Amino acid sequence: MKEAPFHYCPGCGHSIIHRLVAEVIEELGIGEKTIGVPPAGCAVLAYDYFDIDMGEAPHGRGAALATGLKRILPDKIVFSYQGDGDIAAIGTAETIHAANRGENITVIFVNNSCYGMTGGQMAPTTLLGQNSTTTPGGRDKNRDGTPIDLSEMLAITRGAVYIERTAVNSIKNIRKTKKAITKAFKIQMAGLGFSLVEILSPCPTNWKMSPVDACRWIDDSVMQTFPLKVIKDETS
Amino acid sequence: MKGSQVIGEAAIRAGCRFYAGYPITPQNALPEFMSSAMGNLEDGTFIQAESEIAAINMVLGASMAGARAMTSSSSPGISLKQEGISFLAASELPAVIVNSMRGGPGLGNIAPSQGDYFQATRGGGHGDYRTIVLAPAYGQELADLTRKAFEYADRYRTPVMILADGMMTQMMEPVIFPDPMNLTELPPKPWVLNGANGRPSRIIKSLILNTVEMEEHNWKLARKYEIISREIADAETYMTEDAKFVVVAYGTAARIAKGGIKRAREMGLKVGLLRPVTLWPFPERVIREMSRAVKDFLVVEMNTGQMLDDVKLSLEGRSNVHFYGRPGGIVSTPDEIAKVISSLYYRQHLEED
Repeated sequence: MKEAPFHYCPGCGHSIIHRLVAEVIEELGIGEKTIGVPPAGCAVLAYDYFDIDMGEAPHGRGAALATGLKRILPDKIVFSYQGDGDIAAIGTAETIHAANRGENITVIFVNNSCYGMTGGQMAPTTLLGQNSTTTPGGRDKNRDGTPIDLSEMLAITRGAVYIERTAVNSIKNIRKTKKAITKAFKIQMAGLGFSLVEILSPCPTNWKMSPVDACRWIDDSVMQTFPLKVIKDETS
Repeated sequence: MKGSQVIGEAAIRAGCRFYAGYPITPQNALPEFMSSAMGNLEDGTFIQAESEIAAINMVLGASMAGARAMTSSSSPGISLKQEGISFLAASELPAVIVNSMRGGPGLGNIAPSQGDYFQATRGGGHGDYRTIVLAPAYGQELADLTRKAFEYADRYRTPVMILADGMMTQMMEPVIFPDPMNLTELPPKPWVLNGANGRPSRIIKSLILNTVEMEEHNWKLARKYEIISREIADAETYMTEDAKFVVVAYGTAARIAKGGIKRAREMGLKVGLLRPVTLWPFPERVIREMSRAVKDFLVVEMNTGQMLDDVKLSLEGRSNVHFYGRPGGIVSTPDEIAKVISSLYYRQHLEED
């Protein structure tokens, strides 16, 4: 990681997830051959923190851009880091087809059930009943549709090798998340195909909660819609 | 060879090793050609993308990794690619984009058109940028300009568009190809992302939140565009030495205009052709110098008048500018152009010395 003024809000999950990804890259000894693809959204500034090569993608296009990088540099490690609006709304097509082609890339999918950077609008992952700036009174099934299970959708593609949903709202879950990220990178290093870790992450600012309450809300509410589990693992 | 195949073969010989595209008529022969041509290379990649947007973003990634990369489409597909083209320009990444123009707006039709001139030469996507636009008119030029497109893209680190139409890309003409480039002799790219091995890590990005830095980046791009304008503006002239009346046309329209000019010359009219080869930068100096002797220009396009604006801007009122265009995929005949030339020629009393 680089020394940089910290821009994430207090209690934001990105700081933990950045650290986990950086630790995994360091422990696997792949920092000198890894290229990261940050998204549009809060985590676009990931390139200010990661001390590796980083190439910014337009909103939602991370998987397509990572495809181009990886095909030219098959011996390097390429990962994209994307939020839920980025990957599950505007970038759904790019993500599904990259998974279906079995692109040998790793995707870190941070699900905080809202559009963080733009100020807390409804995301495709916003829970039913959850308040956002565009779902006054809470997300309504008939008006706004239901939360999308992108990871489950990706799991049915033939090219996806490993997909797991974890969280960073407790020490135990953080440890599990690190294990999942490590596994996802190892799958790429072994050339096995598409790997993705979906990480439930707190957004206290837009959820209008204290960091502690936000972590608790992940347990009590978010996991009811998005249960933690290995969704697909073709290596086991 | 078909025009699309000429572009494909020339691209491979120019060192293109990455192509991503999506099916759309009338450019389909190009991805079809690239799928087998890349397959025959050890280090070539062809991807049929799930969308035009994915294709241009794959090119964005391949370009970041240092490859000579290309995508192609026809008009509606190029609209979809504009997001990526803007990012290429902003991030100063080289890439070649081929537009085999068809009738529009909307879905339009699949006949040859020049309706995308504004989109191509004004940037096309969002933000303050330019795209180099090359306009081939002959089979041989498809090969030569494709080679140049990759050279310009790398030299100036900017996207280059080859603006052809459905006629150029589907017509068969004999072509002599230049020798394949030796990839190891291409100029080094000290900015690519290939892992921070023994060097500081690099970032390629277009987000610049600090307004002062963003302004400086915009001026940096503007200075680059000024250099490009000085260095590569190019036009062909035909029978202009003694001309009193000059037709300005590019691509397929220029070839037809040439036929019209030949017929007009047979009638004794002193008519010539100015054919811009680069549409951006527009060869404004050539046309401005020509205005000393020529007081009447006729712009001929396969649209309702787009390059017309650039001709007027170049002349700044020095000469009369007339226009003749057929949109909708209609291709005029040389006789039709000859009639337009002769009626204007006499109306302007140019037959009097």
